[in-house]
Amino acid sequence: MLEVANLEVVYNEVILVLRGLSIEVPDGNIVALLGANGAGKTTTVRSVCGLLDVHEGHVTKGSVNWRGTDIAHHSPAKIVESGITQVMEGRRVFAELTVDENLTTGGYTVKDKAKNQAAYDRVMELFPRLADRRTSTAGYLSGGEQQMLAIGRAMMAEPELLVLDEPSLGLAPKLIEQIRDIIVEINQQGTSVLLIEQNAMMALSIADYGYIMETGKVVMDGDPKKLLADDDVQEFYLGLHAEGAKKSFRDVKHYKRRKRWLS
Amino acid sequence: MTATTAPRGWSYSLGKISTGGWFLIGIGIPLGGYLVYELFDDPVLFFQTTMKSFGLGSVYAIVALGFVLIFKATQTVNFAQGALAASGALFVSYAVFDGHIPFTTLRNPLIEIEPEWLGWSLSVVMALAFSAMLGLLIERLAIRPMVGQPLFSVAVITLGLEIVLRVFNNDAVEVDFRSLEIPYGTGGFTVGDAIVNWSYIAAMITATVAFVAVYIFYRTRTGIAMRAVAFDQEAAMAQGINVGKVFAIAWAAGAVLAAIGGIFATQPPVKQTGAVEPETANIAFRALPAVILGGLDSATGALVGGLIVGFAEIFAGQYLAGQTDLLGPGYTLIVPYVVMIVALLVRPYGLFGTPEIRRV
Repeated sequence: MLEVANLEVVYNEVILVLRGLSIEVPDGNIVALLGANGAGKTTTVRSVCGLLDVHEGHVTKGSVNWRGTDIAHHSPAKIVESGITQVMEGRRVFAELTVDENLTTGGYTVKDKAKNQAAYDRVMELFPRLADRRTSTAGYLSGGEQQMLAIGRAMMAEPELLVLDEPSLGLAPKLIEQIRDIIVEINQQGTSVLLIEQNAMMALSIADYGYIMETGKVVMDGDPKKLLADDDVQEFYLGLHAEGAKKSFRDVKHYKRRKRWLS
Repeated sequence: MTATTAPRGWSYSLGKISTGGWFLIGIGIPLGGYLVYELFDDPVLFFQTTMKSFGLGSVYAIVALGFVLIFKATQTVNFAQGALAASGALFVSYAVFDGHIPFTTLRNPLIEIEPEWLGWSLSVVMALAFSAMLGLLIERLAIRPMVGQPLFSVAVITLGLEIVLRVFNNDAVEVDFRSLEIPYGTGGFTVGDAIVNWSYIAAMITATVAFVAVYIFYRTRTGIAMRAVAFDQEAAMAQGINVGKVFAIAWAAGAVLAAIGGIFATQPPVKQTGAVEPETANIAFRALPAVILGGLDSATGALVGGLIVGFAEIFAGQYLAGQTDLLGPGYTLIVPYVVMIVALLVRPYGLFGTPEIRRV
């Protein structure tokens, strides 16, 4: 169980990005974290995975609890070893390395050879497309294949919690569906998932629980069905109108309407 | 009026062969013809020159591999490589000439071991261990704190390190004759009428072993991790790769390769004395054209680049000696740079480098 409590993160000593964020990822669940650009989604991922240092960010308050220990100040290597891996935003595959070599980097923390092989076989089963392209350079894969490689690479570490940062970014709708199904399959095999998304429909359709964050804190949370039915979510994240087809000039000027959760 | 087409004017290309290509053909055909003529004119001299070129090329290749190892992990050209080479040679001379463990007055027990060559080899291994430690120390104190900082700053730091280490080394060398007591000496053996130095053979074997070792290393887990770190540090960290450890390995291995290069830099064909001197540190800058020529991030490039530059330098020194009045007395030293510039005109990222713009 991952428990982020009252987390406050400051970049460059001045920019306050997370202001008291609290989320929970129970074991075996898929939890969706939604938010617009600049809400602090990626910062949340970085604080969970220990990558704040690279960006001159610091946790100033609160804690990130993973199975009872505060990992907010652990090194990324230690966090991966303890069972949390992430699929980075924008895929970030090692373009100059082959598919197999990329997967090897993913399994870097697993020292046991037999375990490594098992993880590799499992990834190949999940992504038959990668099996066909094992020796090709990762930079020449298509966007969808690269996303599969990025997820496969993260799965090589045999994580107990997989953090996905916008896996749908820049993919065609059909591919997004494929990726969604893969996330469900990974979850069914026993890995908890924290899914960070802008694509609210995709994320909420598979999640067990959803959070919506804005300017560094959670403004709304609950059952995904409840969130999907919410007027504000429908209007601001799904682009739907409460009344459906009827459009008037007043609706177009949607900035007139205030989100109820903002004070 | 707006210009809708590119100005036609003059074109650099003629058919499918680029200007650089024509340039190479224009130089290559007469040069090749001349070499064939020399081959039949005096085969013994030609063979001797070829072996000497292999010797020098191998030394360059070893030093170049050190550059490549460090560049491939840290994306920095290590300008301190020359001082590391001289330091390595100094460690060897402390261990085998003074018979001391470096930095101490303790007697080096390894040198007593019989037969003599075994004791010498073990002492060299110990000296190389000291070089590795020096590499680790530099990485920890000067490079690690700069992770994530602009690469240019890191490169300048290595340049500063070069100067600092050189001063230390020169003080240690002073005007002494610091021999390396190389067992096979600076002599050679004869093949027919041609004389071949033992050090050429030693350099060739060492370069081959070093190249194979580096080639295999890049296919191991740690080697792959190193390449991953070079490509995208943050993504590598997200996989649980310890970037600091990778840097440390690269610097230790780079320093050892530099030290081996430094040992060979005291022997023919680089120098005839078999002793460390302030000039030993220049081997890195002499090998730099080989690195750039081969491509900074390619082990194969280091080997091929080293050999090309070695051949160019030795052959020019041998067969253009008659033109010294015209070319100037030090012309052999600029030959590597001429070769490098010509090659970069054709392939700006080096012969085997990854085609991408790199900052130095």
